[in-house]
Amino acid sequence: MTEQVKPQASVLANLDEVRAMIKRHKLNDSIFAIIGLVALMIGLLTLLTLFVDLVMDGYPRFNLDFMSEFPSRRAGSAGLLSAWVGSLLVLSVTFISAVPMGVGAGIYLEEYAPKNWFSDLIEINVTNLAGVPSIIYGLLALGLFVYILGLGQSIITAGLTLGLLILPVVIVSTREAIRSIPVAIREAAYAVGATKWQVVSQHVVHYSFGGILTGVIIGMSRAIGETAPIITIGALTFIAFLPPSPVTSEPPFLNFDWLFSGFTVLPIQMFSWLSRPNPEFHINAAATGAIIIVVTLLMNGTAIWLRYNMRKKIKW
Amino acid sequence: MQSKFVMSMSVAAFVAAAFAAPVSHAAPEKIIKIDGSSTVYPITEAVAEEYQKSTKTKVTVGISGTGGGFKKFCRGETDISNASRPILQKEIDDCKANGVQFIELPIAFDALTVVINPKNEFAKTMSVADLKKMWEPAAQGKIKTWKQVNPAWPDQPLKLFGAGADSGTFDYFTEAIVGKAKSSRGDFTASEDDNVLVNGVAGDVNAIGYFGYAYYDENKDKLRAAAIVEKAGSPAVLPSRESIENGTYQPLGRPIFIYVNATAAAFKPHVKGFVDYYLTKSKPLIEEVKYVPLPQKDQDAVIKHWKELKPGTGFGGVAEVGVKVEDLLSRIK
Repeated sequence: MTEQVKPQASVLANLDEVRAMIKRHKLNDSIFAIIGLVALMIGLLTLLTLFVDLVMDGYPRFNLDFMSEFPSRRAGSAGLLSAWVGSLLVLSVTFISAVPMGVGAGIYLEEYAPKNWFSDLIEINVTNLAGVPSIIYGLLALGLFVYILGLGQSIITAGLTLGLLILPVVIVSTREAIRSIPVAIREAAYAVGATKWQVVSQHVVHYSFGGILTGVIIGMSRAIGETAPIITIGALTFIAFLPPSPVTSEPPFLNFDWLFSGFTVLPIQMFSWLSRPNPEFHINAAATGAIIIVVTLLMNGTAIWLRYNMRKKIKW
Repeated sequence: MQSKFVMSMSVAAFVAAAFAAPVSHAAPEKIIKIDGSSTVYPITEAVAEEYQKSTKTKVTVGISGTGGGFKKFCRGETDISNASRPILQKEIDDCKANGVQFIELPIAFDALTVVINPKNEFAKTMSVADLKKMWEPAAQGKIKTWKQVNPAWPDQPLKLFGAGADSGTFDYFTEAIVGKAKSSRGDFTASEDDNVLVNGVAGDVNAIGYFGYAYYDENKDKLRAAAIVEKAGSPAVLPSRESIENGTYQPLGRPIFIYVNATAAAFKPHVKGFVDYYLTKSKPLIEEVKYVPLPQKDQDAVIKHWKELKPGTGFGGVAEVGVKVEDLLSRIK
């Protein structure tokens, strides 16, 4: 009898210990979940408070006139026209310069580059560049684009500067996206006799396109809010006309004068309004801030949506 | 399929950009480039806005600060430079090295306003000597309470708010109060953004700060302007349109300027047209943005000076304080 009770007691004691242990671990689980939730809420609520505050301050300006008027000394009739057109033109230069270069560099580094100390060095540098403060890019651009290349304080200078700024982001995210393609896919393609270029263009890039696009859009949404490098290269504060149109009525129908035009962008217009003595202008600044946040959210939202949809379509 | 997507993306960007800008005239465009002081900016912006309504000339105005503006101006990158203080010797040398000659035109007055918290009842008037005691470099780390400045004031901590070291406002205040431009104690809250200073002083009973009159005027309900006693025995004067115009608000009443590239003035009709407009039509605009226009007599003298296209400065490269506009212009030969 006693022989039987003893092991049972020890099993029970053991069971209690195990239960206590499980309880402890469960507690740890929920503690971490709470910490994580609090951390998430701090970030989210800060953004939400900021956004609601901007919208409440800026709502008198949310109308079409605000988008279609030039800046003015009168806060009520001052608008964002030259700023949003400037932002759009600068971002198209950024897109056209950074995306082919960044995606190309990413594909090369991942698929073609020999693995030696030199490509390691490049890899370290690209990753480091992604963390360089944006003002440094502004100083580089001031010396290189504005003075040495003589491009002046123009849209092309600003676009190329922001292009350099987001280049590392595009390269790194392209590589991440390519790396997520299983080796088996490549091997299968090679097995049926595809050349390297066919493998890269028809499979690797195709399947990682959603990820690449996400990186591009995140880079672009970083570029839209950048102020420091644009101020450094000399964006204007008051500009009540639009750059020359890229499309003309006479042959050759294309005109690149706009690339060399002076400009302003949304965050600079906001900054300039914020430093005005008249508090009426602070309403304009708040409205501009809200618009920048909405545009950024829309861009990031599009990135998430595209990635989700493209992932869904791929069936391996 | 994926390459189509990339193509359509870039085409979309191009097309959007194309439609954003209306079709412009093929003729070479006349653009006037202006940069410089943030203090002068509201006036120049207002003039540029009105001028562009009546002509085809395009005007751009940037804010780089008085010093930053002169750097660009002396490299010949801008046609006109906004300045809240006279051009300094180093800047004159830079201009000379690049063959840039300039015409100095006072356009309005500003009053550097010393502000305290509205709850501060003891320091409604203060003398230049008091201010010097607070702000001179020797005060750094030593003058920490109001009582140390003036025994009649209570033993409360002294909180200083002032202009950032790159601004013409800082140069002028230090020249007028301490006696040497850029000579100031360093342990104060400095900001290029005057709204930071406004909020700082509005939120602290023991605070004192200084900035341009327009910022005080817009925030009268949150701030109190101190009346300034120039020297022992003279009356305490509050900054106001009258006291600035008749020259009794001393030494902090100051003229503000535009500097025009003399070559552009002589050979570019659109620059000349803009400055003509500036000097003759700006009076209501200056009042609208809360600055003080020059008295008519001085305005006439400035216009005459402009018509004669006389290059040079009346200050000889130092930020002299309290000069009358007439005297200034007559010094330029």
